[in-house]
Amino acid sequence: MTVLADSTSSSPLHFAQYFLDHSSEDLRLLWSHTWLSVVPVVIGLLIALPLGWTARRYRWTYPPIISITGLLYTIPSIALFVMVPPLLGLDTLDPLQVPIALTVYSVALLVRVVADGLASVPEDTVQAATALGFRPVERFFKVELPIAVPVIAAGLRVAVVSNVSIVAVAGTIGLSNLGQLFTQGFQLSTPDAYYPPIVLGIVLCVLLAVVLDLAVVGLNRLLTPWRRAVPS
Amino acid sequence: MIRFDAVTKRYPDGTVAVDSLELTAASGQITVLVGPSGCGKTTSLRMINRMIEPTSGTIWLDDTDTASMATHELRRQIGYVIQHAGLFPHRTIVDNIATVPFLLGTDKKEARKTALELLERVGLPPHFAKRYPAQLSGGQQQRVGVARALAADPPVMLMDEPFSAVDPVVREQLQDEFLRLQQELGKTIVFVTHDIDEAIKLGDQVAVLRVGGHLAQLASPVELLSRPIDAFVAGFVGRDRGYRALGFTTAGTLSTRGEPTVTLGAAIPKGTDTDTWLLVVDAQQAPQGWLDLGADFTGHETVSDELLYRGGTLATQGGTLRAALDACLSSPSGRGVVVDDGGALIGSVTAREVLELIEARETERQP
Repeated sequence: MTVLADSTSSSPLHFAQYFLDHSSEDLRLLWSHTWLSVVPVVIGLLIALPLGWTARRYRWTYPPIISITGLLYTIPSIALFVMVPPLLGLDTLDPLQVPIALTVYSVALLVRVVADGLASVPEDTVQAATALGFRPVERFFKVELPIAVPVIAAGLRVAVVSNVSIVAVAGTIGLSNLGQLFTQGFQLSTPDAYYPPIVLGIVLCVLLAVVLDLAVVGLNRLLTPWRRAVPS
Repeated sequence: MIRFDAVTKRYPDGTVAVDSLELTAASGQITVLVGPSGCGKTTSLRMINRMIEPTSGTIWLDDTDTASMATHELRRQIGYVIQHAGLFPHRTIVDNIATVPFLLGTDKKEARKTALELLERVGLPPHFAKRYPAQLSGGQQQRVGVARALAADPPVMLMDEPFSAVDPVVREQLQDEFLRLQQELGKTIVFVTHDIDEAIKLGDQVAVLRVGGHLAQLASPVELLSRPIDAFVAGFVGRDRGYRALGFTTAGTLSTRGEPTVTLGAAIPKGTDTDTWLLVVDAQQAPQGWLDLGADFTGHETVSDELLYRGGTLATQGGTLRAALDACLSSPSGRGVVVDDGGALIGSVTAREVLELIEARETERQP
């Protein structure tokens, strides 16, 4: 029992004690990790909406748009973090560096999702909306987008969860987020392995991913009461 | 009034869907466009609200050239019903119906109130209002589709095979109710179907189109049946058009003879073998079926349901010659049963008598 109380123990199970000992610092990391995970997905969605709409509306643009955005996702994250400042003329370690890179990933995932979501809207419904006198923009926001929500929400879940893990990578290049716990663990592991911050980082990342995932699921349910209407 | 003035639709690949169409759909009437697939009937319909733009020619809505209007403005003045209703799955029934009023900026409360009235008007119970389209059957969804098209009280309605995706029984109900509704509303309706029977039943005038988008004949249903203009129209109108044409001639007052009856549940009459078929009625004198007096009644004391032949259709006094003749032909006794509007027995007629009536009509028509 004395071993359990010892916060300097290097046992992986002592992550909770490590958290209690550094709670204000860890909560700050968690908070910034949360923002870094959510905001780029939201901005990515806003960018993906017109792109996905274009891919759907002008069918010939679908293959190039989907391939190019899909390719973006294959760039290793660390390389993208490093490339963003010179490409956009920002300072290295500009606060926008990581959010921009993460937005690129979100766009890469969500363009296809938006295009497929819009494709899931029944043709009859779109035709009827047009014939009843919806203008294109009205039709998009009042008919097509609401009906595409379930498909888009499924894509958002993937985007938000994968963002949580990519943000952690950004921590290793010095940004303040849960990824720093891995750096700390690495630095404290001399001469002997010291696990608590590393395990804490994993636990908090997983918890954050679960919470954000549930938030997207909840939002989807809120926006689609019609999906739960049972035939009677 | 909707008028097609030399309207042509040619696609970039050279296909001509509609070829210099001249057609007027009169106000307050149902004009049916009918023809085989590829005849351009749906293209013609969709050019009215500019879902498809004509290549040349003009479509007039009363005195306005439709091409001069903003498309969304034009469409909001025109009700539109399609095959699978095309309801918005994410909106409740009441909000589906109120779609166009919402678009026009009508007060939401007001729009929903009108929508509820329409829901009732198309024969659906008020508690459907809060449901979603997925909770309704195909026929019910189609009723909502009609209500949605009527919501802003547009003078013009376009209907693109609205009843063809439902089963025949429901289709007939929907057709009958549609005609009843039209009697009250008097909309200018253009209705597309591939089903000539539907065209003849619903149309005040019927436009038969042939492949390539040519108008073959524009006529009233009776005229179409009795005087198809060419072999194509004759073939399309179909084989038993003579018989179907009887459906447009009222029989007038049929001179019926009294029909002996037995009431359902009464004792089986015995010892009369002058006629083997006896008509069975219920307590309200409504005919139920025929009893075969020559049959073996072992185990039966009274006239019960399972002994009845129900093959015969009923003719209504004041109904059509077609119904009268059909009642005779379908009756096992050869005597067609005639009832009054309340469904109570008046008497019976024979096929010979109905045929004499038909011949008399023919002689009247030809001086």
